[in-house]
Amino acid sequence: MTARLITVAGPPSAGKTAVVRQILKNLIPEFKVAYLKIDVVQAWEDEELAEEFHIPTKKVYSGDMCPDHTGILVLQDAVEWANSVDADYLIYESAGLCLRCTPYTTHSFGLCVVPAVSGMHTPLKMAPMITFADAVIVTKIDLVSQAEKEVFREAIRQVSSETDIIETDALAGTNMRYLMKRIFELSETRNDADQLRGSPPLGVCTVCIGKKDVGWQNHFGVIRPLDAPDTLFRGE
Amino acid sequence: MTSSNSILSITVLPGKSKNGTAENFSEIILSPGDVLSIVGATGSGKTAFINDIEVLAQGDTVTGRIILVNGQNPPDDFIRDPSKKPIAMITQNTKCLADLTVHEFLEMHLRSRKISDISLLEKTIQTANKFTGEKIAAGMRICSLSGGQTRSLFIADAVIISNTPIILLDELENAGIFKEKVIEELRQLRKTTIFVTHDPYVALLTDRRIVMENGTVKCILEPGDLEKDVLFRISEIDKELSAMRERIRGGELLFENKGGTSV
Ligand SMILES: Nc1ncnc2c1ncn2[C@@H]1O[C@H](COP(=O)(O)OP(=O)(O)OP(=O)(O)O)[C@@H](O)[C@H]1O
Ligand SMILES: Nc1nc2c(ncn2[C@@H]2O[C@H](COP(=O)(O)OP(=O)(O)O)[C@@H](O)[C@H]2O)c(=O)[nH]1
Ligand SMILES: [Mg+2]
Ligand SMILES: [Mg+2]
Repeated sequence: MTARLITVAGPPSAGKTAVVRQILKNLIPEFKVAYLKIDVVQAWEDEELAEEFHIPTKKVYSGDMCPDHTGILVLQDAVEWANSVDADYLIYESAGLCLRCTPYTTHSFGLCVVPAVSGMHTPLKMAPMITFADAVIVTKIDLVSQAEKEVFREAIRQVSSETDIIETDALAGTNMRYLMKRIFELSETRNDADQLRGSPPLGVCTVCIGKKDVGWQNHFGVIRPLDAPDTLFRGE
Repeated sequence: MTSSNSILSITVLPGKSKNGTAENFSEIILSPGDVLSIVGATGSGKTAFINDIEVLAQGDTVTGRIILVNGQNPPDDFIRDPSKKPIAMITQNTKCLADLTVHEFLEMHLRSRKISDISLLEKTIQTANKFTGEKIAAGMRICSLSGGQTRSLFIADAVIISNTPIILLDELENAGIFKEKVIEELRQLRKTTIFVTHDPYVALLTDRRIVMENGTVKCILEPGDLEKDVLFRISEIDKELSAMRERIRGGELLFENKGGTSV
């Protein structure tokens, strides 16, 4: 049996974990769920959810590496881990940082979580994350007026005319039945090689990884002084 | 778009109180043209009640209530497609976070409701300006409008653009807008209306009054003609208060003269 993979993406504090909680409430106890959190330096969700729902959880800190790149490095192992604990679903909550990339893989069910309190231009700013998603979950609708909610929906529609949009007060679980319907219908994750849906801009940059010092004089490899017409190579 | 004269009734089925006990009514039905008020202490669940109607709750809100449309489970379209939704709600919240101009906001709302008649945009601003003292202009940024201006614009938007048969208004009186003009406008259009209110005048104007307590409906009153005399008196008091309010706003000094009215 292969666990169905659900990828949850979205900016920090969008309500990703709140949405995950609602999914867990609906899946447990009928189904067994494993949860993976990837973040840069700090995350607590795994411990909270393990305690609240008694499910197997894991966390990975990506540290100097791009968290979404870390995601694809560890995801294969994570699916194997989920299978080893007999999970029906594996929920992977991404860090959701730069918004340029999409952590969704072709085999996973990709959720983009975005709060209704974001500015109207936010959907444009995070266009890849929205267009590659299987469903956009608009959270915090309890905090905006109805007209604003409808205009925000239209802002998402400008970026993607097709993607399923589900509006929710994620604390109360409003309209979650539409999301759950799709989650219940997911087929088992395929076993063949999985790939990112979108291409990352630079993947992971082996040039800058872990390097903090300001000034090209402190670096080797591909460098760029301010007034140089192009990048240069500097050997050690 | 749902036209304002299509027959549409809403049924509210009971949920539970804040401590989880069952709510004590069998059903509340709103028929076309009904005008109701919801009263109760702060925190008693008034907003939660109309919010249930707005999202067409199916046991998936804090209250656990279920809402039916024409006696049946609402079609998914009503919930998921704003252009089909027969309900417009104006929240208590008087801040709009949209980083758009009034014109852009209304234009996008027209598009989301799949309306091509662009003249409604100007009409919405004109209607809003009937409700507010300081005028709204199309080029103003939504987030820089005052609470009252935002409220006025959202009410006009609900009436003109959403043009839904059912309108839910949360504490209309709060933002200092001309509430009589709003009530008059809604009455003329024969909208099914719910006013959540702390204002005695608005409460007594409605045909039915729902009283909330601890997150539940405590009782439902249908005073008929019983309150007629009191309503008359309150409307006189309200007129006097409104007149005073306008004069204070205009910078006048008010003091009692011998006749007992303010000068
Ligand atoms: N039946 C219920 N069960 C659980 N929580 C509830 C219930 N009804 C309301 N609440 C919660 O109680 C709080 C106060 O309710 P609400 O905002 O509806 O009060 P209100 O009557 O509108 O108050 P105000 O006059 O201050 O606006 C909210 O957080 C709401 O979610
Ligand atoms: N009012 C409201 N608050 C929400 C909603 N969804 C999330 N929150 C709150 O927003 C904050 C961030 O949510 P969280 O799920 O931790 O976001 P994450 O960083 O994307 O995982 C928390 O305080 C949540 O309680 C919602 O739909 N309505
Ligand atoms: Mg989280
Ligand atoms: Mg309220």
